[in-house]
Amino acid sequence: MSATAATGGFVPGDRGRVGMACLIFTESAFFSIFLVAYLFYIGKSATGPQPAQVLDLPVLATVCLLSSSGTIAVALKSLGSGHIARFLVAWGLTIALGVAFLGFTAQEWQRLITVDGLTLRTNLFGTTFYSLVGFHAAHVLLGVLMMTSVALLALTGRVNSEHAPRVELVGWYWHFVDAVWLAVLTVVYVLGR
Amino acid sequence: MSSADLPLHASVEVPPAISWTDRLHGWVATVDHKRLGVLYVASGLVFLLVGGSQASMMRMQLFYAGNDLLSPEVFNRFFTVHGTSMVFFVGMPLVIGIANYLLPLMIGARDMAFPRLNAWGFWMFLFGALLFYFSYVGADGLYGAGTAPDVGWFAYSPLTGKAFSRGNSTDYWVLGILVAGFGSISAAINMIATTLTMRCRGMTLGRMPLFVWMMLVVSWLILVAMGPLTAAQVMLLFDRFLGAHFFDTQAGGDAVLWQHFFWFFGHPEVYILIIPGFAYASEIIPVFSRKVIFGYPVMVAATCAIGLLSLGVWAHHMFVVGLGKGVTSWFVVATMLVGVPTGIKIFNWIGTIYGGKLHFRVPMLFCTAFLFQFLIAGLTGIMLAAAPFDWQLSDSYFVVAHFHYVLIGGLVFTIFAAIYYWFPKVTGRMLSERLGRWHFWLFVVGFQLTFTTMHAQGLLGMPRRIYTYSADRNWEIWNQITTTGVLFQALGIAVFVCAIFHALRRGEPAGDDPWNAWTLEWSTSSPPPEYNFAEEPEVKSRRPLWDLKHPDDPDWRHE
Amino acid sequence: MPRLRLAESSLLFVGLAFCTRVAGALSGPAQAPISTPSIFAPVSRPAVVIDAYAWLVVAVCGVIFVLVAGLLCFALLRFRLRGDDDGREPPQVYGSNPLELAWTLIPLITVFLLSLVSIRVVGELQLETRPPDWMPVTVVGHQWWWELHYPELGITTANELHVPVSDPASPRPTFLNLQSQDVIHSFWIPQLAGKMDVVPGRQNHVWVEPARTGVYVGQCAEYCGTQHANMLLRVVVHTPEDFERWARGQQRQAVSEASVAEGRDLFLRTACVSCHTVRGTPAAGRVGPDLTHLMSRATLGAGALRNDAANLNAWIQSPDHFKPGVHMPAMGLQDAEINLVAGFLATLK
Repeated sequence: MSATAATGGFVPGDRGRVGMACLIFTESAFFSIFLVAYLFYIGKSATGPQPAQVLDLPVLATVCLLSSSGTIAVALKSLGSGHIARFLVAWGLTIALGVAFLGFTAQEWQRLITVDGLTLRTNLFGTTFYSLVGFHAAHVLLGVLMMTSVALLALTGRVNSEHAPRVELVGWYWHFVDAVWLAVLTVVYVLGR
Repeated sequence: MSSADLPLHASVEVPPAISWTDRLHGWVATVDHKRLGVLYVASGLVFLLVGGSQASMMRMQLFYAGNDLLSPEVFNRFFTVHGTSMVFFVGMPLVIGIANYLLPLMIGARDMAFPRLNAWGFWMFLFGALLFYFSYVGADGLYGAGTAPDVGWFAYSPLTGKAFSRGNSTDYWVLGILVAGFGSISAAINMIATTLTMRCRGMTLGRMPLFVWMMLVVSWLILVAMGPLTAAQVMLLFDRFLGAHFFDTQAGGDAVLWQHFFWFFGHPEVYILIIPGFAYASEIIPVFSRKVIFGYPVMVAATCAIGLLSLGVWAHHMFVVGLGKGVTSWFVVATMLVGVPTGIKIFNWIGTIYGGKLHFRVPMLFCTAFLFQFLIAGLTGIMLAAAPFDWQLSDSYFVVAHFHYVLIGGLVFTIFAAIYYWFPKVTGRMLSERLGRWHFWLFVVGFQLTFTTMHAQGLLGMPRRIYTYSADRNWEIWNQITTTGVLFQALGIAVFVCAIFHALRRGEPAGDDPWNAWTLEWSTSSPPPEYNFAEEPEVKSRRPLWDLKHPDDPDWRHE
Repeated sequence: MPRLRLAESSLLFVGLAFCTRVAGALSGPAQAPISTPSIFAPVSRPAVVIDAYAWLVVAVCGVIFVLVAGLLCFALLRFRLRGDDDGREPPQVYGSNPLELAWTLIPLITVFLLSLVSIRVVGELQLETRPPDWMPVTVVGHQWWWELHYPELGITTANELHVPVSDPASPRPTFLNLQSQDVIHSFWIPQLAGKMDVVPGRQNHVWVEPARTGVYVGQCAEYCGTQHANMLLRVVVHTPEDFERWARGQQRQAVSEASVAEGRDLFLRTACVSCHTVRGTPAAGRVGPDLTHLMSRATLGAGALRNDAANLNAWIQSPDHFKPGVHMPAMGLQDAEINLVAGFLATLK
């Protein structure tokens, strides 16, 4: 089937984009339920610790994740124009920022569990907090794994500009993870405190 | 446009000497949308028989007041497994399977956008369904917890909490649906990507068959609805395994929150199941009326409107939970509004029939019954949407009657219509008209006996999901009529099964276009070759085969 | 085509059957004594209001059904293929904007009006201002029985709600405060009021204002586990005098008759007392129904069986036989001991 079969603005080559858009759409629905549950249970925990006592605004983690959206955009642009070396640097930086974000989350959880004694079972805050933030972190982890596999392929010379449309989908996913973080940040660390 | 005379065609026919292991391998390893469609439909029909048997057993239990054919535990498991199966392991695979087979053919594509994802989705569905049924042997039966899940298909918390549902039966309910849900999501993504990017030349969105439009809306609804269901089920798993408190009323969790989450999925799910019924009717009624569908753009708009409205009506399942005046009023209005686009559809189908030349072949018979039954289902839906009336009707047999009118009278009847209509395309053989009529009449009589009377039990105060009732309630006679209807339905199904095997062995050869129809799937051979079309078709209107058959008055002049 | 005539007549039958059957079924039980809890035989205000409203909705839907089904029948009959097909296609009609507009606007107006009426009825049934002479009752749902408290009268009982009849001149409604001890139940006495869920962690409300004395039956309407089917409830509507008499009887403590002292001691020695209360004795369990006036109630096991001496005996011996899955265990008593305990319980009038 040739690309001229296009009607209504899409070509068969677009199927990946449509598929990823759909996946992001349904994932958003998934996350909104966890966000709603979090909002619904704000202030309803019978026992402590309460969010205001134990949560700090994760400034560094946020900076890492938000800037990684910039670096991945640079990486994708470089790949499209065939600058593989520049792509690798920006791509590696994105991975590093993602890993750093996970590190901050791990540090926060470690403190919450061991110092503040907050777990999933402690109260409604613990239940909703760990599940929401945890699912987001799991998505970050998945994104890091996807990017790492692309990086490995690129390091062995198997990624070039013609793969840009596919690699771009990883970028879409990453931007989505970033957007979810903004929602989580607003709900958990701003409204929820 | 027909590819039947191309030399390429003969070379891909399956050679006759192939061994059964190879053939099995061919089916298991297939990524062909048509074979996957057949697998979906076949497994859906098998689960239909299983779910139907459970329903029959429950009806036998209710034949006499105070009957003790089934113990309460067995009865409660049956209605849970019956409901869950019929929605997730019968409705979904039939709907997805039929679309899987037809959607690429109707838009002139050679396969779905992601053939391997398609296969993955099917096997996820089957795995989920088998996992769910594995609970009968796998879930440890503690006292009061039993084996198979016994919490009802919407599994209201806190009945599903560890405190009230011990053992693992509820976990099988969650995991079976969760896994099958991944299959549904992948199928939906696939259908949307296929529809948007794989259409043949000339097939603008406005020229797609209504079937394709409606499946597009259904796929979108699956994406909206399945995510929340998955999320709610993950929360329940966290509660059950990790000691979280989402729905734990002892720790401040809210029992009603589960209902909101579940019905935010559950109501769109109803439309996910019934819009495909509209889709089949919208293809079949015009062909057997020999007229173009009346008001195509309005039908598309009405479908989209139903899809959107269905997201804002979920709490009408919860009118008796104590919602308060404002919330109740909102959901009354929103729910009643859904009646408008639904009514538009019925009127457009009547408009299609009006002035036509009606051929009452078996597919059309099923569609005719569908129109009446769906009309009744819609009107009882209005009664249930009227909140004060619903305070009496909710959770009674009236509700059971209503949603069986929708799901059997609406969906199952049109699925039968679809099977009689497209079976010749899939197998190259016609289903027997004579057996089909027997099937139709037995089933329609059984359906009316069972579900029309069921409204009465509800109005007489009989709640749903009770395994026994006392004779002084005077419900017995109604239950007996209801149960008698099951016999007719079962006979109808038996005839249907016979008709399928009869057709596979000795059915009349169908030819490419047995119904003199108009959409692209009828332009290729029956069954279609693996690549569907030897040449990519090009269309100029919504009814490409009409244009071909009536060059003097083609459709594109009128659109 | 004879087949077709069969089709037509059967479809007509379907339509007619729907109306006549429902109407027939509902007109029957309107006379006393009523054992069928038909929603169309209301005796109390919320149910009466709902009944009138329901008939309006049914009438509107009925008219729509007759019109649309009539049109459909006409089209099916008029345009069926007669004789052999000559292969010519009928004129192709692609649509009609005026028609589409008509069958969009008319239903839109209909549902708009219906919604307005519905919202008004919803408001009416909230009953925000209570008449001065109202009585509160707290209903606690358990798996699988109903606990009933009359806070003003100091009465605790189970599975049988007693209320005074309400005279329209000086209304005496009963307001029920619904709570749950475990899972979600639903309180439903069709002839008195619409149902209302009984949700753990929430307090829901429903009120009844029965205009006629009698016994009205209902049961839990939300699936609540194994014995959901046997979570029955009886409402006894008394004249004001009878209600006073009943209330005074219930307020008394259990009277210990010397003749059953042995049974009483046995009852107090076994685990019965960890679940049941008999006021006037040390038995003060809160898990099962209050037994202080057990014999004043008509049923055992929340309606699972009639309450008489023989049944009481059999029930104590093996509750699970009558109500499989019930939380009350068989105590493993000898036949003679069961007779003693049952003999004691039979004096709790």
